[in-house]
Amino acid sequence: MTTTIPNKEPQKIHPHKFAMWVAMGSIVMMFAGMTSAYIVKKNQSSWLQFDLPLIFWYSTGVILASSLTMYLASKAMKAREMSRYRTLITITAGLGLAFLVMQYLGFKDLEARDIAMIGPKSNSAVSFLFVITVLHMLHVLGGVIALVTLFARAFRSSVKNYSAVPVEVVGTYWHFVDALWIYLFLFYNWIG
Amino acid sequence: MSNEAVLHAHSDVATHDAHGDHSHEHHHHETFITKYVFSQDHKMIAKQFLITGMVWAVLGGLMSVLFRLQLGYPDATFPWLESILGKWAKGGHITPEAYYALVTTHGTVLVFFVLTAGLSGTFANFLIPLQIGARDMASPFMNMLSYWFFFGASIVMLSSMFVETGPFSGGWTAYPPLSALGDASPGSKTGMDLWIVSMALFVVSSLLGGLNYIATVLNMRTKGMSMTRLPLTIWALFFTAVLGVLSFPVLLSGFILLIFDRNFGTSFYLSDIFINGVGALPNEGGSAILFQHLFWFLGHPEVYIILLPAMGMVSEILSVNSRKPIFGYMAMIGSLFAIAILAFLVWAHHMFVTGLNPFLGSVFVLLTLLIAVPSAIKVFNWLTTLWRGNIRFTPGMLFAIGFVSLFISGGLTGIWLGNSALDIHLHDTYFVIAHFHIVMGVASMFGMFAGIYHWFPKMYGRYMNNTLAYMHFWITIAGAYMIFWPMHYEGLAGMPRRYYDYSIWESFKQFQDLNRFISLVAMIVFAAQFLFLFNFFYSIFKGRKLTTLNPWEANTLEWTTPIHPGHGNWVGEIPEVHRWAYDYGKDGKEFIQQTTPVGPDESHH
Repeated sequence: MTTTIPNKEPQKIHPHKFAMWVAMGSIVMMFAGMTSAYIVKKNQSSWLQFDLPLIFWYSTGVILASSLTMYLASKAMKAREMSRYRTLITITAGLGLAFLVMQYLGFKDLEARDIAMIGPKSNSAVSFLFVITVLHMLHVLGGVIALVTLFARAFRSSVKNYSAVPVEVVGTYWHFVDALWIYLFLFYNWIG
Repeated sequence: MSNEAVLHAHSDVATHDAHGDHSHEHHHHETFITKYVFSQDHKMIAKQFLITGMVWAVLGGLMSVLFRLQLGYPDATFPWLESILGKWAKGGHITPEAYYALVTTHGTVLVFFVLTAGLSGTFANFLIPLQIGARDMASPFMNMLSYWFFFGASIVMLSSMFVETGPFSGGWTAYPPLSALGDASPGSKTGMDLWIVSMALFVVSSLLGGLNYIATVLNMRTKGMSMTRLPLTIWALFFTAVLGVLSFPVLLSGFILLIFDRNFGTSFYLSDIFINGVGALPNEGGSAILFQHLFWFLGHPEVYIILLPAMGMVSEILSVNSRKPIFGYMAMIGSLFAIAILAFLVWAHHMFVTGLNPFLGSVFVLLTLLIAVPSAIKVFNWLTTLWRGNIRFTPGMLFAIGFVSLFISGGLTGIWLGNSALDIHLHDTYFVIAHFHIVMGVASMFGMFAGIYHWFPKMYGRYMNNTLAYMHFWITIAGAYMIFWPMHYEGLAGMPRRYYDYSIWESFKQFQDLNRFISLVAMIVFAAQFLFLFNFFYSIFKGRKLTTLNPWEANTLEWTTPIHPGHGNWVGEIPEVHRWAYDYGKDGKEFIQQTTPVGPDESHH
């Protein structure tokens, strides 16, 4: 039904895309709250220094690659290359899952080194890393679920929907969680 | 993206009833469930928020009556209390645990459920699409979710009152360690778990709502409705939503860390604690002050989340009922903006006595006192709007004027409290209680009442009864001052808040009679609210019917919709807007609606 109504004001941003931007602002505030609490806490007593899991470097690479495939997917969608689009969003979702697994392996690595993340023996430095990373993983998981929904839509044969809005909204979000991880990674390594 | 397309894309609402027939039979088929329960119509969602908020207001008010009973009559016993509260009032005397639980729940419920969800949830939903000229919100579905998350939060909070160990009782600010350690008090056990779940659901509800309000105001205004033609209600609700969207996530961060401390043994907030009967805890290196920073980074904007919608509605109602343009429209927007910015920069004034660096404290004093500037601008503009106006003392108008009065009285004590040096003496005394109840609590309730009385005809197509409304107003305003004014004196004398029984303190014994007086008035004022409740529900079904589209002769767009607007608000095209919302008494005309084109002989506006 959307297509039957002419777009009177094309310069205006779609309300859903706009809402996504506001939501991203909201998520930024949440992580800003977390990382500033981290800084406050760091400047107080008993802060543990430890090495980040090496795998976080690789997971950073993976999520960067997934951003690229997401970009190509939305380009394919706009060019109506539906089979290419389906392949690309599948790869993106796969890379997202791989990222989640790698983060989990990162926690395993800390565990193996006997650095407690939670529990009575834990130090806030590690707990912060754990809580913030898990929180980011949940946001990536949300993105993966959104991609799976897009995927299901793309394979639905009864209704053909060529609206680019959902893809663009999900794409924006995907690049956002990517950028968020880059920020967190830089923060862990050089600021925090 | 036009308005029509958004509505069509997300609900099956037909706008084909352009021929003006608006009977419900002819309107597209809606079942009871889609119309009244899982409705995506912003007007119905607004009513859901309003009525849920009213239920909470009654419960929260009743709690205050119960703990005022303890404060006013510490030695008396009330056997009937035991029959309703059971073990929480053994021998007809509220136990200390119950007292703290009541105080905590009263605060949480009134701040979040009544004055956030009940106030901005109701009026943002109701007024934004109607006053900007939109068929519905940017995402009606998210809007529906926002209400149901709030409903879920309500159910969880309500259930916390019935668990064996009682609801959370560590104060509405939920400071650790009381909130982080289950062994710290009975209320810190299951009650706190439920409290935190409820608040998490509430944060989600606020975020979903806020996102929608912002997207709707910025993207879905009708043709000609530029930002500077918006009624001030919309500006206020817009800034409210911005504050909520930026500050609630930080509260959620604080809660997440709290959950980890509670349930997973981390030490974000806990350090070197010894609990009687449990022993020393292993937690080390945590900082309870950290929670206060995260909490008050939301907590202070929250005050304005509560107050700004009331300010916006009051501006509109004052102008309509003074039959004059609002004085200083741009200054009103500017001061809203200034308040929204400053709201984020003053949180540490809640923490002057936490051992905050005095230099940092002085910066926060300066920023806090700066809020007096936009606040004074607003007060000045309200008074000059009233000045020589042709005032119609409708119930809505009376409550709006009452709001201005309360805002002045409560705002002035804010200047006292904003000074870190004075705060050493006044912190956590009844002076603070008096200040924030007047300026934020009662004032915002007055804004809410003003809004309900004013927009009731649009909500239900009927009027509320004026006589009952006048009685309600006079008892409430007189009572509000009689309850909270004396508290200033108690606070100046150093009487601390949250104590269970003041009669055992030599310094505070002298206030026994005053406390009894306050409790008595609190009960009378609470009883007077039933005048309002009866009036509200009776008028929904039996009130005098509206016969005209525009009962208050107002300019804004909601009064151009049919008396009972369907989902989609306007029959046919959405009207185009040609002027700002405040052309009252212009060129000899009493009012000119926003939809009237500017005539050739019209003086410049």
